[in-house]
Amino acid sequence: MNQTFFNQYRTQILYSVMALLLVIVGVGQGWSVAFTILNLCLISAIMSLGVNMQWGYAGLFNVGVMGFAALGGLAAVLVSMPPVEEARAAGGQGVLVGLLILIATIFVSIVAWKQFGAKSKKTGYWMLFIIIAAGYALMRLFFLPSVEAIEAVNPSVTGYLGGLGLPIILSWPVGMVFAAGAAYVIGKVALGLRSDYLAIATLGISEIVLYFIKNEEWLTRGVKNVNGLPRPVPYEVDLQQAVWFQQFAADWGMEVAEASSLFVKVCYAGLFIVVIAILMYLSETALKSPWGRMMRAIRDNEVAAAAMGKDVVKRHLTIFVIGSAVIGLAGAMLTTLDGQFTPVGYQPLRFTFLIWVMVIIGGSGNNWGAVLGGFFIWFFWIEAEPIGLWLVDTLTSFMEPTHWLRLHLMDSAAHMRLMTVGIVLLIALRYAPEGLIPERTARKH
Amino acid sequence: MTDFINALVVLTNFILVPALTYGSQLALGALGVTLVYGVLRFSNFAHGEMMAFGTMITIFGTWGLQALGVSIAPLPTALLALPLGIAGAVILSLIFDKTVYKYHRQRKASPVIFLIVSIGLMFFIGGLVRFIIGPGDQIFFDGTRFIFSARDFKRSTGLDEGLALKMTQAVTIITAILVVAAMFWFLNKTRTGKSMRAFSDNENLALLSGINPDRVVMITWILVGALATIAGTLYGLDKSFKPFSFMQLLLPIFAAAIVGGVGNPLGAIAGGYVIAFSEIAVTFAYKKVVTYLGPDSFQPDSLVQLLGTDYKIAVSFIILVIVLIVRPTGIFSGKTL
Repeated sequence: MNQTFFNQYRTQILYSVMALLLVIVGVGQGWSVAFTILNLCLISAIMSLGVNMQWGYAGLFNVGVMGFAALGGLAAVLVSMPPVEEARAAGGQGVLVGLLILIATIFVSIVAWKQFGAKSKKTGYWMLFIIIAAGYALMRLFFLPSVEAIEAVNPSVTGYLGGLGLPIILSWPVGMVFAAGAAYVIGKVALGLRSDYLAIATLGISEIVLYFIKNEEWLTRGVKNVNGLPRPVPYEVDLQQAVWFQQFAADWGMEVAEASSLFVKVCYAGLFIVVIAILMYLSETALKSPWGRMMRAIRDNEVAAAAMGKDVVKRHLTIFVIGSAVIGLAGAMLTTLDGQFTPVGYQPLRFTFLIWVMVIIGGSGNNWGAVLGGFFIWFFWIEAEPIGLWLVDTLTSFMEPTHWLRLHLMDSAAHMRLMTVGIVLLIALRYAPEGLIPERTARKH
Repeated sequence: MTDFINALVVLTNFILVPALTYGSQLALGALGVTLVYGVLRFSNFAHGEMMAFGTMITIFGTWGLQALGVSIAPLPTALLALPLGIAGAVILSLIFDKTVYKYHRQRKASPVIFLIVSIGLMFFIGGLVRFIIGPGDQIFFDGTRFIFSARDFKRSTGLDEGLALKMTQAVTIITAILVVAAMFWFLNKTRTGKSMRAFSDNENLALLSGINPDRVVMITWILVGALATIAGTLYGLDKSFKPFSFMQLLLPIFAAAIVGGVGNPLGAIAGGYVIAFSEIAVTFAYKKVVTYLGPDSFQPDSLVQLLGTDYKIAVSFIILVIVLIVRPTGIFSGKTL
């Protein structure tokens, strides 16, 4: 009886538990901490929705979540940062010419391939090789001096082109476009082949996106980071000086400084909730529509779906691009929230595999499950460090404080995360492959 | 004429020898990936970390031997400790097979599930290695550094450019040749090897012919553990042992396996060298070579480098993409094991 009650209201119960956990943190560690966790939970949930579209709807395995998220972050920089006029004057033209040559090269190669490749593959390959080599050399001719000039402009503060100086919210759709573009190229190459080729290709693209971001300082400042991105919400300092806010804080009986930082976080949370609500509405509608049924049919039996006249590769490409766009959106949102762009911060464990664990634990194929997984896993990821340290501390408390084993364990506590993610993934795949909120299908109803 | 020889020496010293060394390491790694793919039919993402684990055990063995005063100078002591590392990696592989892979194999899970499982193991082993030996750099090379150094070469030939051969490079290339030869002998001549190939070729037919699948799987893991340890140790001897670097080797190794045709050992070896040569050749600065070969008093301003060394990994990726577009089955398509 209880079992069926739980199953019937599974989603509601689990979401209530999650809310309760956040409230406990709010009461115990302070509401500021709770809202910090909530904001990152929301972003994780969006990433996890994106991965769920690829894996849950279509069974596509994307190992490059990190790369798509980083592209979103790049979009945030390029859209919102104020332009560096000096750098533009120094090398803007050269870079522009270089980019135009690049585009022209791609265009000419496509035309040449259609002209010659159709007749003879061999001639086509040679043509392509010559065109690309020439285009590349020409591009470098314009590119390299300009890049040097740009990076020489006040390198400790700028040394890059800057952005467009537009509101940062606009970078969210731009991040989607960046990620979608990368996904389209990868999908075109790797989809329709064996399933693990997509995994390896996405692993590659995400590494390369990161190398690109770290090395192309004229565009991204590389490992020097971009700080002080504009915000979509008010600044604490302004709030603290506004009369209405001082009044507002007094009404709630809080310190002005504390209230302002909390207020900013609540504003972010509000923005993110709007985004996630729109996404949930769209994806739930899509999943229930004939299109969603078709996607799941393709996932469950590609051969049968192809026999029914569905173009499996094209549908896979669509969903792969859409899912990556959602990941890019989340990447842009994350950089917006951080207020800075730190390429070194993109680690596969945190940005690819943790998201995977979220989807699998939450329930692949179920949007509510994926969102819940995002919340749960992020929550424990953040809270695991204090718990882990406490655990090691307690377990080794009988040893001398300077005992080598104790020191070694304390030092290596960070690596435990790596192991824990691995173990959680293995256990979930074996004992609960359906996740917390399993996919709903006609059969199981 | 001397200019031409000097240019050749530069190319040999900075491209040919390093690429042969790196290629041998990649080839051994790719061979392991390909074996798992051929017999167990999934892409094993945990292979890089298994290399790190085997190397770690080898390092402990080396330290133990060094403490005992055992040495096989001029060869590095690590070669003597290699069997210990292999045993460690094999035991760990077999434990994982029993506790993790076996369950999914019996359920006939799809290759993607195996792939995700192997990623879970990748993290587990990665954490284990960092937990035991720490994330830092370990240099465990001893013995003679150079077989002949650049200075010796210059003195004996009178050329302007030097050619050096490091002990680790020679050891790597020779070990790789021996291991590959042993591998092919095993796969082609022994009964067990033949049963493995049969199993890889057609599982059902092999089962009908009375081949014991559990045994085939076990032997595969033993071979894979051994290959991973040897490849990892050679890489660690040549560069240095850093747990982090083995995760980055994953992409070149997969690229090598796919370029040659996944599941094909010959292809894995060819792929390893293709990837290594292109990586090094594309990111090498040809300034010196151009200066020697060009007309007198001609000296290029730039480094004459196609791509910055930071983009090494992009090279293997681009080759991978080209192969996927042009010939997704790899160079040696159609044949497995």
